[in-house]
Amino acid sequence: MPIRELLLQGADERDLTKREEYEAAGGYKSLRKALGMERQAVLDELLAANVRGRGGAGFPMGRKASFLPKPEDTPKPIYLVVNADESEPGTFKDREIMLRVPHLFIEGVITAAYTIGAGTAFIYVRGEYLTEFEVLKAALEEAREAGYVGKDVLGSGFDLTIVVHRGAGAYICGEETGLLESLEGKRGQPRTKPPFPAISGLYASPTLINNVETLATVPKILEMGGAKYAALGVENSAGTRVFSLSGNVARGGNYELELGTTLRELIYDLGGGIPDGRELKAIIPGGSSVPVLNATEVDTPLDFDSMAQAGSMLGSGAVIVIDDRCCMVQLGLRVAQFYMHESCGKCTPCREGTRWMVQLLRKIEDGEATQGELDVLLDVCDRILGNCLCPLGDAAAMPVASYVAKFREEYQRHIDEGACPFGGGSSLEGVLAPVDQHHAHLRGQIEVPTHA
Amino acid sequence: MSALYDQIRTVASEYPESRSAVLPALRLAQAEHGGWLPPEAFREVAEALELTPAYCHAVASFYDMFHLEPVGKHMVEVCTNVSCALVGAQQVVEAFERELGVEAGGTTADGEVTLRTVECYGGCGWGTVVSVDHRYREPVRPEDVPAIVRELRHAD
Repeated sequence: MPIRELLLQGADERDLTKREEYEAAGGYKSLRKALGMERQAVLDELLAANVRGRGGAGFPMGRKASFLPKPEDTPKPIYLVVNADESEPGTFKDREIMLRVPHLFIEGVITAAYTIGAGTAFIYVRGEYLTEFEVLKAALEEAREAGYVGKDVLGSGFDLTIVVHRGAGAYICGEETGLLESLEGKRGQPRTKPPFPAISGLYASPTLINNVETLATVPKILEMGGAKYAALGVENSAGTRVFSLSGNVARGGNYELELGTTLRELIYDLGGGIPDGRELKAIIPGGSSVPVLNATEVDTPLDFDSMAQAGSMLGSGAVIVIDDRCCMVQLGLRVAQFYMHESCGKCTPCREGTRWMVQLLRKIEDGEATQGELDVLLDVCDRILGNCLCPLGDAAAMPVASYVAKFREEYQRHIDEGACPFGGGSSLEGVLAPVDQHHAHLRGQIEVPTHA
Repeated sequence: MSALYDQIRTVASEYPESRSAVLPALRLAQAEHGGWLPPEAFREVAEALELTPAYCHAVASFYDMFHLEPVGKHMVEVCTNVSCALVGAQQVVEAFERELGVEAGGTTADGEVTLRTVECYGGCGWGTVVSVDHRYREPVRPEDVPAIVRELRHAD
């Protein structure tokens, strides 16, 4: 069951960034339908659809929305915050949605805001997405002109302001409470939970935070009806997702598929397989934060339960294909460098642990590690896991521990042979991780003790 | 009051609390100061948003898109995260280093171009992703680099 376009439907044939085109294709009808329904009735459709968050955590969207107090039960304003801070390595689907079907996304935002009774919605777009920001702003202006956004939306009595807010380059702001801090004008350091944002979020008010793709499904759910949407996909994984395919694959790009499609169908049937006559070595199925799968697991279906059963996660739907030229120690090092760079510094296990990981992996790669240091690496991973306020530390520890678990022999050879067995021929050889430009003068001098 | 002050106040009016405008304000100030944030930029942002310069500096230093040291007139950013790295990002970095005569992280001697390596920019399916003056080029291969550098050299 390959391509199944629901969100990206029609985007090849029409310019759906234009309001007239989107309306001609049936756009904004779901919003009209929703505005004619009671808030609770819209929420019931979302609950019936059983749609799970598309950002990474996979929490059921309807249930999350149901945690908010009703507008009549709280003296505080209610906010909708959209997480468009797409930055999980390997992921580029929200960008495609904003660039190609911005009105669908905006329709979802308006509908969700109506459902929870939010008078203001903030869309937090990662700062690097400049073109996406411009496309979104233009579409939003068109929506305002047509009366879909603003005072008294389509004569319903519902008022909505939408503010598009640009981030400034920080992966952690994709974490919902880090995003809220950033939106409040602070360093994007995650908050302690509880209280959860549904109770005390933006400006300590009830806040619903959803990912771009999640909100873009809302008009489709109302169009089809929740029950019919829920029938798409497989059990516990309803609907379609836009999967981002990248790495050593012939045709990288975004593919919208029904959940439950296998990795093999995505990588080989749609992606054209592994180029240059190389062999599949490993697959990262849900963004760089999730545990790796090896080549024998290529028949795993892309759904929440199947991925969990395989010991990994569906995450953000970013499938990174790795061929046999890649040294798995170098992969671990590059992934750990990313999380070290992006750690916000608030929790010690993450701040210090990611630095230890980088240093240990560097030693292993250089053939200078002792046997004990491989155990220290796993120990450091273990001490990060579950010990931080947000999942960033886990997102470093889980994948690296999985590389060691699944490719232990390769790690062992680095230690036994005192050198990288790829002898300089790995696809990741020498790749330069970004230097924190605020500390460029410290380049190459950051050392941490390993106590090994 | 300066034009920057007025611009920041306008942006701040979009938010229930003006402090929320600190990122857009710093972005405006950075554009005003040639792409980086000198100490006076923090004083200006602080004044417009009723914050302290130290607070604004603390926020700016958290985010990769704010520069606390001077940068070139043009910015070239090469993604070297996993997906791009797997398809040869390092060769693209080295091609830029050769063509520009500067190491990644540095600025050409004439102050024209800053070359940086960056974490995932979200174009993974079309790696290697290079952002040139904040517009993505994807994919970029080492052989595309000389033309990009020529284009930058003749942009002004």
